[in-house]
Amino acid sequence: MRLNRIIPCLDLRDGRVVKGVRFEGLRDIGDPVEIAGRYSDAGADEIVVLDVSATSEGRSATPALVRRIREVVDVPVVVGGGIGDVETANRLLDAGADKVSVNTAAVMRPELIESLRDRFGRQCVVIAIDAIRRDRMGWELLVRSGRGRTGLDAIGWASRAVDLGAGEILLTSHDRDGTRSGYDLGLIRSITRAVSVPVVASGGAASWRDFAAAFASGATGALAAGVFHEGQVGIGDLKRSLLAAGKEIRTC
Amino acid sequence: MDRSIYIVDTGVANMSSIEAGFRRLGVPVVRGVDPGVVATATAVVLPGVGSFAAGIAAIDRNGLRASIIARFDEGRPILAICLGLQMLCRGSAEAPGVAGLGVIDAAIEAMPPAAVRPQMGWNRIEASGGPMLDSGDAYFANGFALRSAPADWKASWSEDEGDFIAGLERGRTVACQFHPEISGRFGAGILARWTESAFEAEVVRCV
Repeated sequence: MRLNRIIPCLDLRDGRVVKGVRFEGLRDIGDPVEIAGRYSDAGADEIVVLDVSATSEGRSATPALVRRIREVVDVPVVVGGGIGDVETANRLLDAGADKVSVNTAAVMRPELIESLRDRFGRQCVVIAIDAIRRDRMGWELLVRSGRGRTGLDAIGWASRAVDLGAGEILLTSHDRDGTRSGYDLGLIRSITRAVSVPVVASGGAASWRDFAAAFASGATGALAAGVFHEGQVGIGDLKRSLLAAGKEIRTC
Repeated sequence: MDRSIYIVDTGVANMSSIEAGFRRLGVPVVRGVDPGVVATATAVVLPGVGSFAAGIAAIDRNGLRASIIARFDEGRPILAICLGLQMLCRGSAEAPGVAGLGVIDAAIEAMPPAAVRPQMGWNRIEASGGPMLDSGDAYFANGFALRSAPADWKASWSEDEGDFIAGLERGRTVACQFHPEISGRFGAGILARWTESAFEAEVVRCV
C-alpha cells in the first residue's frame, strides 16, 4: 500500500533556513540541522534541503552541512541548489543525500539528467520544476529560483526530463509559493497525467485539506515550508487529520 | 573481537546514509572491498542502488563474488539492502544474461505495472514471522522486485498494484528491498536486531 509523503522543505541561504514569498523577501527561520532533526522526529517522511542562493551565486549546497543533517535525519534527504555537474552531485550524495534535485542546470543542459541517471540511477535524480501559469496556455517553466523565464511549456519539459532519466518531479507553483492559497491542483493533475514518475507538489499549502487535495490530484508527496516553520501546521496533527480523512499515511 | 560492521563499498550505494544509520545506534562502521574481510568479518552489509548490471559488475570488478557466496554458505551474518537483495538472486529481468550471486534461488522481475513508477516512497510491510523483520512502514526506491517467495526463506510482503517481496530472512541473513537506514524508527529497529544477532553469533563462535 503506497503511502503519501509529507515533506518539509528547508530553503537555505548562507547556511541558515530562510523563507520568503514567491522566492522574494527572505527572512531567517533558524539552524538547518536543528530544524531538520525536529521535523524528522515529528514524523516527516522526507526532508528537502534547497540552497536558494546557490545558483545565482554560482555555488552549490555545502557537503559539510549535508553531512551534519544526515547524522540526525533517519528518513530520505533530498538536496538541491546549484547542482550543475555529476561531480557536485557525487559530493552531496557522498555527504549523505539520498537524492539530488536539479533545476536550472538541467534546463540549460538536459544531457546532465542522463549523466546523473547513468552514474547514480534514476532513484537519485529529482528534477525540480518551477512553473508559472500562463493565460489559458498552461504553465511556463521558470529557472534560477523563479527569476528566469524560459518560454518553455512546463508539462512538456516534465515529460522530456523523465525520458532523459528523472526518477521524480518536485513541482513548485510559482503563483502559489508562500501564498497559503492551496496547491495549484490543475498543475498537479496536468503533470501527473503526463509522467509516470512520482510527483511531489509544492507551493501554497495552508491546511491539511490542501495536502489531501494534492494527493487526490495525483501527487504522491506534498511539500511545504512556511506553515511548518511557523507552527501553523504541525506534522503530527497534519498526519492525524489526513488519517482521519482516510488518506494512506506513514504512522510509525 | 571486532565489534564493527563492514559495509561493502563498491561505489554504487548510498554509503553515508547507511553509515549514519548504524552510527545513530552507536555501532561503529568500516567500509571497504577486501575479499578476505567480506568473507570472514563478523557482520557485513551489502548495499546497492542503481542498475543490476552495474552492481554485479562492481562486485566482480572487486573480486567479491566468491567471498559473498562463501559467507552465505557458512551462515555468517549478511544484511543486503535494495539492490543488495536483488544481487543475491539468480538474475534480474533488468539485465537478462547477467548472473547474480545466486544465493537466493529466485529471479528479480519488473514491479507490477502501475500509474507511478519507479516506486519511490513509503509502503506498508506485512511481517515475515521471523525474528528480524516486523510489520511497519518503510522507504522504497525500486522499479524491480521479487514477485514470489523463494523456498527456505521467511518472506515479508508489500503491495503496490500487485504483491512483491519487501524482505527476506533466513538465520542471520536479512535482505531488504526497502532502505532500513532511512526508514525512521521502523528501519532502525531492523538494523539494531540484525546487529545484535550478528554479534551474538560471534560470541558463540568464540566460546
